[in-house]
Order: sequence, then C-alpha cells, then structure tokens
Amino acid sequence: MEIDPFIFRLSIFILSIFIGYYVVWSVTPSLHTPLMSVTNAISSVIIVGAIIAGLAGNSDSIFNTSSIFGFLAISLAAINIFGGFLVTQRMLAMYKKKKKDK
Amino acid sequence: MLSANLSAIFYLISGVLFILALRGLSSPETSRQGNFLGILGMIIAVTVTFLSIGNFSTGLVVVLIFLLIGGLIGAFIAYKIPMTAMPELVAGFHSLVGLAAVFVAIAAFLNPEAFGLGSPGNIKLGSLIEMSIGAAVGAITFSGSIIAFLKLQGIMSGSPITFKGQHPLNALILISIIIITYLLCSTQSSNLFWILLAISFLIGFLLIIPIGGADMPVVISMLNSYSGWAAAGIGFTLENTALIITGALVGSSGAILSYIMCKGMNRSFFNVILGGFGATEQSASAQNKEQKPVKSGNADDAAFLMKNASSVIIVPGYGMAVAQAQHALREMVDTLKKNDIKVSYAIHPVAGRMPGHMNVLLAEANVPYDEVFELEEINNDFANADVAFVIGANDVTNPVAKTDPQSPIYGMPVLDVEKCKSVLFVKRSLSPGYAGIDNDLFYKENTLMLFADAKKMTEDITKNL
Repeated sequence: MEIDPFIFRLSIFILSIFIGYYVVWSVTPSLHTPLMSVTNAISSVIIVGAIIAGLAGNSDSIFNTSSIFGFLAISLAAINIFGGFLVTQRMLAMYKKKKKDK
Repeated sequence: MLSANLSAIFYLISGVLFILALRGLSSPETSRQGNFLGILGMIIAVTVTFLSIGNFSTGLVVVLIFLLIGGLIGAFIAYKIPMTAMPELVAGFHSLVGLAAVFVAIAAFLNPEAFGLGSPGNIKLGSLIEMSIGAAVGAITFSGSIIAFLKLQGIMSGSPITFKGQHPLNALILISIIIITYLLCSTQSSNLFWILLAISFLIGFLLIIPIGGADMPVVISMLNSYSGWAAAGIGFTLENTALIITGALVGSSGAILSYIMCKGMNRSFFNVILGGFGATEQSASAQNKEQKPVKSGNADDAAFLMKNASSVIIVPGYGMAVAQAQHALREMVDTLKKNDIKVSYAIHPVAGRMPGHMNVLLAEANVPYDEVFELEEINNDFANADVAFVIGANDVTNPVAKTDPQSPIYGMPVLDVEKCKSVLFVKRSLSPGYAGIDNDLFYKENTLMLFADAKKMTEDITKNL
C-alpha cells in the first residue's frame, strides 16, 4: 500500500507547529513586536500561489478572472513582504546595547 | 524549467530559513541576522516559483509590474510609519495576508488546471477542502483585521460593540460555514464558494467588534495566528512545503502570543474573544465614587523627589505612546543618569496595544535594551527603589488586582509599584483606565499625582532637574 502524499504534508505541518512552538517561546518578550512583523512578512510566501495563478494565462489572454486575482494577490503579498521585512529591519536596528563608557 | 523535486527541495530550504529567522529573535544581537535569513528564504521561494513555471512570456512582465507596485507601496509604508503606529500597521498587514489567501484560493478555484488540482467543477476533493479552509480563514483574518485596524486607528470607537443575540448569531454562522463547506465539497458549486467567502467575511467582522480597545494585544496576536493557518491551508492546496512550514510557524507563534497576552491579563482566551470587558464592569467603578484625598504635584516637586533618589524605575504604558513621550522620557533619564541615579524600565506584558509595543518605542528613543525589564525580572526591585515613575500606564499597576477578589482584574499580575518609597503618576485626570476601575494607587500616602500631558510633564521635569 502506498502512502498518500497528503500524509507527508500533514507530517511536515504538524512537526512545524512543534518547531514553531519551541522557537517562539524562546523569543525574548522585548522582541515580540518585530516577531509579529516578521511573521507577517514570511506568511506572505503565499505569493508563490499568486505567481502561479498570475502566470497561468496563455500568451493570447494574459488576463482572465483567475489570473487577475493572482495579480492582485501578488501586489498584496508584495506589500507585506517588503513592508514586513523592512519595518522589522528598521525596528531591530534600534535595539542597542548600553554603551560601555559614558 | 526546474523539476518538481528540485523545486520542492528549494521550498524546504526556504522553510528552514524562515525557522531560523524566528530563531534569531531570541536575542537582539542575532535578530538582524535572522531577519536577513528570512529575506533570503523569501528570495529563494519566489525565484524557484518563477523557474519552476518556466513561462517567460508577457505574463511575466505583468507579474513583475504587480510585484513592483506592491513592493514600492510596502517599502514606502515601512519607512514612513511612526513607531507609535506599529499596532495599526501590523493589523493592516494581517488583513493583506488574509485577503491574499482569499484571492489565491479564488484563483485556484476558477482555474484549478494551473495548480494541477483537476478541472473546474471537478476539483480533487482534498484540494477543495483545503482551499475552502484557506479561503474561509483568510476571509475571517481579513475582515477581523480591518476592524482591529479601524479600532486601533481610532476611526472606529475602541469600546466594545455588543448586541442581543450576538453569541447565538456567531455560533449559527460558524456552523453554517461548516455546512456550506461540506455542501461545496459534494456539489462543487461555485455559488456556494462565493457564499462561503461572504459569510466568512461577515463572521470575521462580527467576531472582532465586541472586543474592546484594551484587549487589542490579544486580538492582534490571534489574527496573526489566523493569517498563519490561512497560509497553511493554501499551502496544502498548492502542495507547497515552504507555505505549509511558514503557516504552521506563524499560526503557532500567534497562538503563543495570544496565550501570553491573556495570561498577562489573567483572563481566559474565550473570555476575551466573547468580548465586552469594558461594558460589563461599569458598575464596579460606579460604587466606589466617594471623594478620596489625592496628592497632586507639579514638575518641580517631581524633579525634587527624583533628584534625591538613588534609583528610579520607570513604568511606561499606552499613554506614553499616545503622547509620543518616549524621546522626552529618554532625555529625562539621561539627566537623571548624569546625577548618578540608577534608572531602569519595567514593562508589563500587556502594556500598550500589542505584544512588545513599549519595548519598540523605548528602543526607538535609544534606550538600551538591557535597561528594560519584564515584569518577573523587576517586580522585586520596586521595594528597594526610591521612585517609581508611572507614565501612561494605569491598570497594570493597580494593587486592587492583588487585594480585592471582587475586582474584575483580580489575579492579574501587576507591577508592585506601591512598594516604592514614592510613586509619581503622570496622568491627565483621575479617570479610570480601560478596565473601567478605579486605581487605588492614586490615593496612597506615597503617591504624587502629576496631572498633565505625559510629554509636556516629562519635559518640564527635565528642565527642573
């Protein structure tokens, strides 16, 4: 009997939840805001689905209902990716240690 | 064109990079590197997608144009946004993830061939279920985040909106979502798909309106979690490892943050979600309204107290963010430090409107992060400190939480501010905080109330030091 590939994906999913659980508990509370903005950015990897949808049209009809939703999703996800990573970068750059001699 | 196996490997790599990105946040030193790994993971995922499709027709140009438009908007927002507006920004971003998930699900539903999921009207059952879950959760995330955004931005009142029959209505809608998903899977009807989306938007809206402004940290974390589950649902549909891993990470991250926030308020998750905190507790504030003596002072008195102190603990809250007082505060602290006064900051888990809100604001004002402490780390120090300077915080310092079992916030962990030799409380008036209850701290012997705008008062104190 062959195992349905779905089971493999489910395994990845479940294990990732556990990884997420332990990794996130180790995040220092002072970085919880950057954590939220960076999770925002990475969850926008959903853009891969949007790109697939956007490129699905053939060369005669680039725009059909499906690909238009794809294009819109690309923009939405791109706002998040760029916005999320850059604002995280901006925040993290502000976290500085005490200067030794002052 | 990249083979399916090779691209799956690359997606796995980018999933691992995302894990490392979160891992990096365990300390500020490694966090910047973590963020960089996250960016790298994203670049890999996007590049691999282009290569695996291998379609470099005019469609690609259009895709890149849309990518660029979104990217520019995102970059613009990221550079312009003031740090005090982070909660709104994050809520806004959540709504975009949700909507993107909805759009991808729609695209996949309309054109399943492109995703290898069958043909319209005959989509593989498993994919259809995954797609429906992704779309429904995405829609809830979208409309819920929009409400959270409007409440945080002040466009919509932060007070809970409740009406009779709210909970039965919500329950009814949630049940109908399940039924419609079932029917959708058995009939493949596109009408049902649209109805599913519509009621999911509706329930997202209904779930968030009864939740008050002070509970926003929980709401934002919860929506963060939802956006992750939506992404994971879509990830199953697309059979994409990067998306599944990321969805699981973000989903559990948001869930943990919600848990931490709920614990910070000593409330159960359901208690927050069912809403109506401010609405139910008004009677509690009304009964205790007899006049009690309050000592109030001015900047001069405050400066005198602090000058004679050897250690000062600062307790910032949402009011500091509203007044944009973080820079003025830092200047005051600099002056104190020049006088050899030890200064530290105490942050309550739910201070502000989102997890870690105060830490970011203090970091923005160049406060070194090793002077900033969490509740458990610093709570014992209050007894040895000379002055506690409470700026914009209220409920999180209320000793009632420890003494009065009748109080709605009883049991909530609070900062032991009253143990300080003296307490300076910057506040605009004696009005109660978001929980709608009086703060006993106002009437204590050793409390000096400073009635003023937080920023102005802090500046005045600095002048007087």
